Amino acid sequence: MAEGARTIRFTLNGRQVAAEIGTHETLVEILQQRFDLFGARESCGQGLCGCCTVIVNGAAVSGCLYLAAFADGAAVETIEHLGDGRALDPLQEAFIEAGAFQCGFCTPGMILMARQLLDEQPEPSDDDIRHYLSGNLCRCAAYPEIIAAVKLAARKRKGAASG
Amino acid sequence: MTQPMQRGQVGRSAQRLEGRAKVTGRAEYVHNLHLPGMLHGKIFRSTVAHGRIRRIDVRAAQAIAGVERVVTGEDLRAVIPNPYYGPAFHDQPILALEKVRYAGEPVAVVLAADPHVAEEAAQLITAEYDEMPAVFDEVEAASSAAIVHEVLKPAGIFPDLKHLEGRKNTNVALDFHLRRGDVEAGFAAADRIFEHSFRTQQVMHTPLEPMVSVADAGDSTITIHTASQSPSFVRIEIARLLGWPENRVRVKVPFVGGGFGAKLYIKLEALVAALSLLVRRPVKVSLTMEEQFFTITKHAATLHIKSGVAKDGRIVARRCDVWWNGGAYADVGPRVTQKSGFTAAGPYDIENVHIESYAVYTNLPPAGALRGFGIPQLVWAYESHTDLIARALGLDPLEFRRKNILREGRPQATGTIMRDAAIEAVLDRLAQRMKWHEPFDRGSGTLRRGRGIGIGFKASIAPTTSVAIVNIAADGSCVLYSSTVDMGQGSNTAMAQIAAEVLDLPAEAIRVVHPDTDVTPYDMATLGSRSTYHMGNAVKQAAEDARDKLAALAAELGLPPGSNLPWPELFRRKYGMQAGNIVGVGSFIPSYASPDHDTGLTANATPFWMIGGAGAEVEVDTETGAVRVTKLVNVADAGTPINPAIVETQLSGGAIMQLGFTMTEEMQFREGQLTNASLADYKIPGFHDLPAAMESAAVEAQEHGGPFGAKGVGESGTFGVSPAIANAIDDAIGVRLSALPLTAEAVWRALGEKRGEA
Repeated sequence: MAEGARTIRFTLNGRQVAAEIGTHETLVEILQQRFDLFGARESCGQGLCGCCTVIVNGAAVSGCLYLAAFADGAAVETIEHLGDGRALDPLQEAFIEAGAFQCGFCTPGMILMARQLLDEQPEPSDDDIRHYLSGNLCRCAAYPEIIAAVKLAARKRKGAASG
Repeated sequence: MTQPMQRGQVGRSAQRLEGRAKVTGRAEYVHNLHLPGMLHGKIFRSTVAHGRIRRIDVRAAQAIAGVERVVTGEDLRAVIPNPYYGPAFHDQPILALEKVRYAGEPVAVVLAADPHVAEEAAQLITAEYDEMPAVFDEVEAASSAAIVHEVLKPAGIFPDLKHLEGRKNTNVALDFHLRRGDVEAGFAAADRIFEHSFRTQQVMHTPLEPMVSVADAGDSTITIHTASQSPSFVRIEIARLLGWPENRVRVKVPFVGGGFGAKLYIKLEALVAALSLLVRRPVKVSLTMEEQFFTITKHAATLHIKSGVAKDGRIVARRCDVWWNGGAYADVGPRVTQKSGFTAAGPYDIENVHIESYAVYTNLPPAGALRGFGIPQLVWAYESHTDLIARALGLDPLEFRRKNILREGRPQATGTIMRDAAIEAVLDRLAQRMKWHEPFDRGSGTLRRGRGIGIGFKASIAPTTSVAIVNIAADGSCVLYSSTVDMGQGSNTAMAQIAAEVLDLPAEAIRVVHPDTDVTPYDMATLGSRSTYHMGNAVKQAAEDARDKLAALAAELGLPPGSNLPWPELFRRKYGMQAGNIVGVGSFIPSYASPDHDTGLTANATPFWMIGGAGAEVEVDTETGAVRVTKLVNVADAGTPINPAIVETQLSGGAIMQLGFTMTEEMQFREGQLTNASLADYKIPGFHDLPAAMESAAVEAQEHGGPFGAKGVGESGTFGVSPAIANAIDDAIGVRLSALPLTAEAVWRALGEKRGEA
C-alpha cells in the first residue's frame, strides 16, 4: 500500500541494503518479499513461538511483530548469514548431528536463540538452555535433542576456540 | 535398540538427508512460495454456530482499492457446480452454502495482490443469519432435535458407510458395533462389576507451519502446491470436483512444517483451486494460527466402560460405549469411529466384548485424525479404568495388567489373532525402566509423589496402497520417487535407507523426490503410521525390481552371474554412451478383511499392530493442585527400527505432544464460540514442560510383514501418556480425574471434593 510508504536503509547479513516499505509491514514480511529470505517465518503471529526470530543490532527480536520501519539504520542478521558459504556454524552442525529437528519450521529461530545463549554463556547447563529457549516452541517436540545439540555446539565452539 | 543389520544401511541412525536445508533456513515449504501475478485470499468466517444464511453483503469489501474480487459459496458454483467434498462424506461445502454449521466456518473470501488489503476488506463483509438451535455435546447430539445435516451423504468410497446413504433426522454419521461372546452372560458370571465414565477434550494439531495452499489454473490443467499429507487424495478429489481426469490435476508437496493429521484430505486445496479457476490467476491462501483452530481438530469424546472381573482377577466381560464429537463436518471421523472401535476394549484378553462407537455431528469445528486416530482417547479411558479396578481389588496395577494382557497367538476382540505384537515385552520394559519393583519415594507434607503406567495398541488403517519408483541413471546414481510426505517424521531418510540396503548404496547417495503427482506414483496418504510399512514395502520392491533389471542387463550383455561390473559401465556397454535408465517399480497392498457389519468381527483386522506404553512419575502440590511430571518413560514395539535415532525422536516427540493434550491443551467454547484460539491462551508444550527425566525406547521386536522387520511408530508414543499421569496422580494423592486436561484447578477441586468441601 502506498500510504505511509518510506525507504529504509539497513545492513542485512553484512551488506548495505535499502527497501521501500509500508509502515504497517513487519520485518519478516520484508525479508521474505523484498529479499527472498525465508528462514525467519511467521507462525503464531503473536511473538510467542520464536519461528520468526531475527537478530537486530545483536539482539533477538520477534520478526513478526517488529515493524520493518524500526530496522532503519540497524544491523539485521538472519539464519542465512550463519556459516560462511560451504561451512556451517557449529550450532548448525550440532543440530544435524544431534537430530535436533523434525519438520524444521522452528529450527532457524532455535539456532539463532541458541547462538545468542552461547555468546552470553559458553557452557550452559540444561536448565540454562531450557530457560533461554523457553520462548521458542517446537510442535514436533524435539526438545531433548535440541538441548543435546546446544551442549554439543558449546563443546564444538570451545574446541575451535582452544584449537 | 536392535543391532544394525549386515549390509548396514537399515538399522543405522543415519542423519536426516535434508538436515543442511533445514538448519540453514533454506528448506522448501509452500509457505515460501510466491508465483508471478499471485493473489492472496483472506477468509470471512461465520459468527454463529448454526444458522440459515439470509444475506452476505460484500459491497464494502469489493469497494476497497486493490481488491480483485470477493467470492461467496454460490459464486464457486460457476466452476464447481456441486462444491461438496470430504473423504468419508461429501458433506463439506468449499464455502458455506445455504447455512453455516459452526462459528468460524468459511463464508466468503477476498482476493487481493496485497494480503493486508485482503484482510482489511474481509473485515468489511457482513452476513445475516436466521439462527437455528445448535448442539455441542456429543452425547446430547446423538439424540438431539437440532440436526446439523438434513441428509447424510456418504462418499461411497467405503462399503461400510453405504447403509447411511440418504439417512435423515440424525447426527450419527456412523455407528460401529462389535459383539464377541455374550457380554451380559459375562457380567452375570463375574464376581465384581466396575463401571466408569471418562471424557476427553477438543484439541488442535497446531502445526507451526499453518495450513497453506496455492493453486495455479491453466487452460486445461491446474497445479496445486500444498502443505498436504495426502497429495494423491487431493488430486483425485479435485479431479472429482472439477469432473476432470486425474492427469489434468497436478499436486506438489515440498517439505511440510508439521502435520500430525491436520493436513490430510482436502483442507484449503478445493478453495484455492476454485478461486484460481474463477479469476485465472494463481491464488494463495495461508491460514493464521488462529484460523487453524477453525479448520480441523481432534475429537472430544465421551467414553463409558464397564467390566466384569472374576475372583482370580481375570476380566471376563467388557462393554464400551463411545461417542465421538465430530464437529460440523465428518472429515475422516467415521473412519476414526470404526478403526478405533476395533480396539476400544484395550489390549486385554477378554472373552465377552460389546462395543458401540458413534461418530456424531455437532456445531463445533470439524474433528479428524490427530496422531493416533482416536486411540489416545480410548487408552485414556481403558487404562484409567484398568487402574481403578486394580486399586479396588488391591492388586498391583502392573500385575493386574500382566494377568489380562493379550498374548501372541490369542484372538483380539475382532477375532483377529495377535501376531508380532510385543505387548508383554513393552509392559516388561516399562516396569524395568520405571524400577516398578523398587522402593519409591512418596513425598511428604504438601508435596506428594506417585507413579502410574498405561499401555495401548492400535490397528493400522487398511487396506491401503503405496507405489514407489526407483530410477537408476546411466551414471549409476539413484532417484527415489514416492508420494510419502516428509513432514518431519524422517520418511525421506528411512525410505532412502531401505532402497540403499537393497541396492548396496549409501543412503546419503540416494535422492528422494518430493511428492508431485505428475511424477511420483500413487500413495494413499502419509497418516496412521502407515508409511514405513506400506511405502517401505513398495520402496523395497521397487529397489529389488531395479536390482533384478540391472542383473538382467548384465546377463544380456553376456556377463557371468554375480559379475560386479560398475553400473555406469553396464549402461555404456548397452547404449554406447552415458544414456538410458533402469526403472524399478514396487506396488504394495496388504491383505485385509473388512469387519462384519453386525458383529464387527474379522479374521484380519490389520496388517500390523502398534503397541505403545508410558510410565509417569508425578509430584503433586496438595495446596495448589499443581502437578509436575518428573519422569516420563515411553516404550513401543516398532518392529526392527530402520533408523533407531529417528524412532526414538518419534517416540519422545509423540509423548511430549500427548503431554500437552494431557496437562494444558483444551479448546474452550462458550455456546459454540471458541474463546482461546491463540497460542497465548492455548498452551502447547515448551521447554519448561519437559519432564526432568525422559526416556524412550523400542523393544527388541520384528514385524514379519514389514520391510526388514520394521513397522510404523509415529503414533505409538502418544498412547499411554494421559492415563499414566492420571494413574500417577491417583497414586500420589488418592483422587481420580476422569476428564482431560489434568489442570491444577481440576486436581485442586478433586482434592476439595475428597475432603468433603464440594
